[in-house]
Amino acid sequence: MILPWLILSLIIGGSLAWGAGRWRRDAPRWISLATLVLHLAALLALWWHYLGQLESPQGPWLAEFSAAWIPQFGIRFHFGMDGLSLLLIVLANFLGIMAVAASWKEIQSNLGFFHFNLLWILAALVGVFLALDLFLFYVFWELMLVPLYFLIAIWGHENRVYAAIKFFIFTQASSLLMLLAILGLYFVHGTSTGHYTFDYEELLVTAMSPTTAFWLMMGFFAAMAVKLPVVPFHTWLPDAHTEAPTAGSVDLAGLVLKVGAYGLIRFLVPLFPAAAMKIALPAMLLGVFGILYGAVVAFGQTDLKRLVAYTSISHMGFVLLGIFTWNDLALQGTIVVMITHGISTGALFILVGDLQERLGTRQLDHMGGLWSTTPRLGGATMIFAMASLGLPGLGNFVGEFLILVGVYQTHPAIASVAVLGFIVSAAYSLKMVQRVFFGPNHSGWKLPDSTPRESIVLAGMTAVIVWLGLFPQTVLRTSNHAVTSLQVLSARGEEHVTDSGDTLAPARNEDLAVNSPRRPSGGVP
Amino acid sequence: MNLSTLVALLPHLSIAIAILAVTMMLTVKRNHVVAVVLTIVGLLAAAALAPLAAREGPHAVTALLVVDSYSEFFIGLVSLSGVALALLAYDYWKTRTANPEEYYILLLLATLGTTVLVSSTHFASAFLGLEILSVSLYGMIAYRRQEPLGVEAALKYLILAGASSAFLLFGMALIYSQVGSMQFSALSATEEATVSHMVEAGLALMLVGIGFKLALVPFHFWTPDVYQGASAPAAAFIATVSKGAVLAFLIRLFAATGFMSGSIRTVVTLLAITSMFAGNFLALRQHRVKRILAYSSIAHMGYLLVALLAEPPAAERTVAFYLVAYFVSMTAAFGALGAVSSNRKDADFLHDFRGLVWRRPGLAAVISGAVFSLAGIPLTAGFFAKFQILATGINADLRLLVLILVVNSAIGLYYYLRMIVAMYEPEPGPVRNSDPTGTSPNAVARLSLASGVALSALSFILVWLGVYPGPLLSLLQTIAIGAG
Repeated sequence: MILPWLILSLIIGGSLAWGAGRWRRDAPRWISLATLVLHLAALLALWWHYLGQLESPQGPWLAEFSAAWIPQFGIRFHFGMDGLSLLLIVLANFLGIMAVAASWKEIQSNLGFFHFNLLWILAALVGVFLALDLFLFYVFWELMLVPLYFLIAIWGHENRVYAAIKFFIFTQASSLLMLLAILGLYFVHGTSTGHYTFDYEELLVTAMSPTTAFWLMMGFFAAMAVKLPVVPFHTWLPDAHTEAPTAGSVDLAGLVLKVGAYGLIRFLVPLFPAAAMKIALPAMLLGVFGILYGAVVAFGQTDLKRLVAYTSISHMGFVLLGIFTWNDLALQGTIVVMITHGISTGALFILVGDLQERLGTRQLDHMGGLWSTTPRLGGATMIFAMASLGLPGLGNFVGEFLILVGVYQTHPAIASVAVLGFIVSAAYSLKMVQRVFFGPNHSGWKLPDSTPRESIVLAGMTAVIVWLGLFPQTVLRTSNHAVTSLQVLSARGEEHVTDSGDTLAPARNEDLAVNSPRRPSGGVP
Repeated sequence: MNLSTLVALLPHLSIAIAILAVTMMLTVKRNHVVAVVLTIVGLLAAAALAPLAAREGPHAVTALLVVDSYSEFFIGLVSLSGVALALLAYDYWKTRTANPEEYYILLLLATLGTTVLVSSTHFASAFLGLEILSVSLYGMIAYRRQEPLGVEAALKYLILAGASSAFLLFGMALIYSQVGSMQFSALSATEEATVSHMVEAGLALMLVGIGFKLALVPFHFWTPDVYQGASAPAAAFIATVSKGAVLAFLIRLFAATGFMSGSIRTVVTLLAITSMFAGNFLALRQHRVKRILAYSSIAHMGYLLVALLAEPPAAERTVAFYLVAYFVSMTAAFGALGAVSSNRKDADFLHDFRGLVWRRPGLAAVISGAVFSLAGIPLTAGFFAKFQILATGINADLRLLVLILVVNSAIGLYYYLRMIVAMYEPEPGPVRNSDPTGTSPNAVARLSLASGVALSALSFILVWLGVYPGPLLSLLQTIAIGAG
């Protein structure tokens, strides 16, 4: 019962927040903060509880829940949590708290509805990360869009309506293609086994021809590619991130992008291993292109928030690269990058929001020399810029390093090009810090430094990113559980491939050690 | 006429009795509330008696009508929609006209026409039902005689409906000339029926007539003007009940001809594609809410035609579910629109809805729910209905149509989102008081109990069907087009 309650508690909290907004103006802030803190406490307790089980799992899921919903279509309320889901839900919760705290003073109108939307986005995210029934997954995937749309369209900045509509239509159109793929899979499975179901574990063992598998996979890929985003389909992101209020940007960058990655890891590759292998190399190349493109374009931005938005695209290129390599190291690295990117980019958006509140502008040309007036903000920006460029000792480095090692095992050439990503990210990170905080203070800014509330938020995020950078073992153990269970699940899928048998074979645990660079049939070009 | 026939006709009879009751009441004393109550009682009785009538199994009543689970489902649906429409009409007419009672007679007559239409298995009864529906609609559309826009709309509808009825009759006559019988079942019985070109021509002409009623492209030109000019309750009726009944008739007709083979199938496919695209594209540039809803109803009919092309029984069950979701959403949308309107003129422009959620959050929530359902956002009935159409389409291998449906859903989002954006825009401060369109943005008139009940029930059903469609799905699995 714990799994549905993880979602329900956020839904109830959000509804309470909206109701409370009519009774007392700032009650919603406290209610949503309380809901999220309690939720996080419960999650951390759960994580602690499961730490013992991680090495000796009884099945792929740490926790599972199943109940009937629409039997006429074979749809059930099927939730399951493994290490990956657990990590992402903890991230969602943590970033949610940071978002609420960061928007404490920024949002002044219609607080109840704002916090209602915020909590419902988180509820939908938790639902996506837990759903094991494809219809349920789709419902939560779509459900995320509406509150996020409201968040951007009502409390956003100057160009908010355009950004919100563009975001919504882009995402919805690609999601509908995924719905077609889901339905296709449902019918293929139904006609071949006689049992019509949307259940993930049952659909893993669908026998289908390579062409069918390819097109169904492309349906999923369309939706994930827009969400992740993969470079040609990324154009919604800069506008949406820039025009969203701080909490919206934190949620978008920190969490909504991860949903695309999660979909690729959980659904696309395990369901269609052979077809995924066919696009593995192109996808990896798109990933590398995204890394470099995002970084170069970020470097050229004059709007600080847009700069940070483009860095997200760059980091997600790493994620795409890691996913389609599909070996233990790369997957572990991907999961770590997902978490640390959420925190570091979230923190950067919070800092940009803080600066915007004080300066009234996001234009780099109007900034400069702010370190003298806001040293604490400057220091925090320095830390998270270093994290973003992959400085060892901070979390992002761990993830990106693992991805590169994993890629190197199979495609040394691609890994070598991807390493350039560290250089270009250094370029934009340092430019960002230099333009904003160093140099002469042209405009003569005299600004209040960070308030206690802001300092606590930033300190918390700093602590987490340093912890992840220096002591990643807890996270790595949890993600290892996820990677192991993914291998189990996709092995079931492999058995039913009806073509020549060439699949995106995940490395077995025995092959994990770095000293066995030779790998069987992993995405041979 | 024996007892079982009488029982089978009870739903029709209860509506007819309600008509007589209201008419009689008028001769004694005018009373709006009593008229509404009599209307609702008659319609509820029809809906309650429908399962009773269906229980006997498919039952031919004279050569003209058949009473089976399919017809009784639609009678129930139409009657319950009529109840909602009557409740919403009460609130609307209460403040706008001195003689509202005749509206309910027209409403009941139109509903009676639809019940005859869905039960018909003979061209004569089908035409009869269709004409009763149309003539009542002329009156409903033009009910406010002082309103030139309304009269214009009614005249437009009258002329075009008359012309399309002519096409319908011509088609029926061609078929009769070949087949020798006006029963639907004769269409599949004889060899001549299935291979004859005259019969195909006749069916095509009938499609023209039906296409007008369903507002399919290219027979749709009346739709935006009539919806805009008609009063909100009448527009709601046209958008929902009238179309749904004609669609039910179409399904029964084509079930008899072996569900669309060859050229008729091609024609329907083309109608579906053009309706989807035209409906969605033309709505993109509209600024008036009623016209947006009109074009979106054209698009929805296109989506429904896709389901129609699948095999029975999936086709009629998918269509039935979609119709339920569509009825609820459209009725809620028009009903809320009526509630927002001022006495002089219906709320029409998008900017009349600006900031509605801060002024009247309940109404805005109702409209949001209806719009999300029409757009196909999960947790609403409209999503599950669209999902079903996609599933049916994929199962029937209608790949191109399904893809076009998906593309059109994405296009449609744009104008639905514009409506939402307008409602949720932050209040612009002291509102301008000049009121050129006749709406009063600052009106904080309380919703009467009638509308409140109707809109809450509709919203509740909307979300209920989206979250828990199981019961309705089970019900639909029991309906089947019986022997005619």
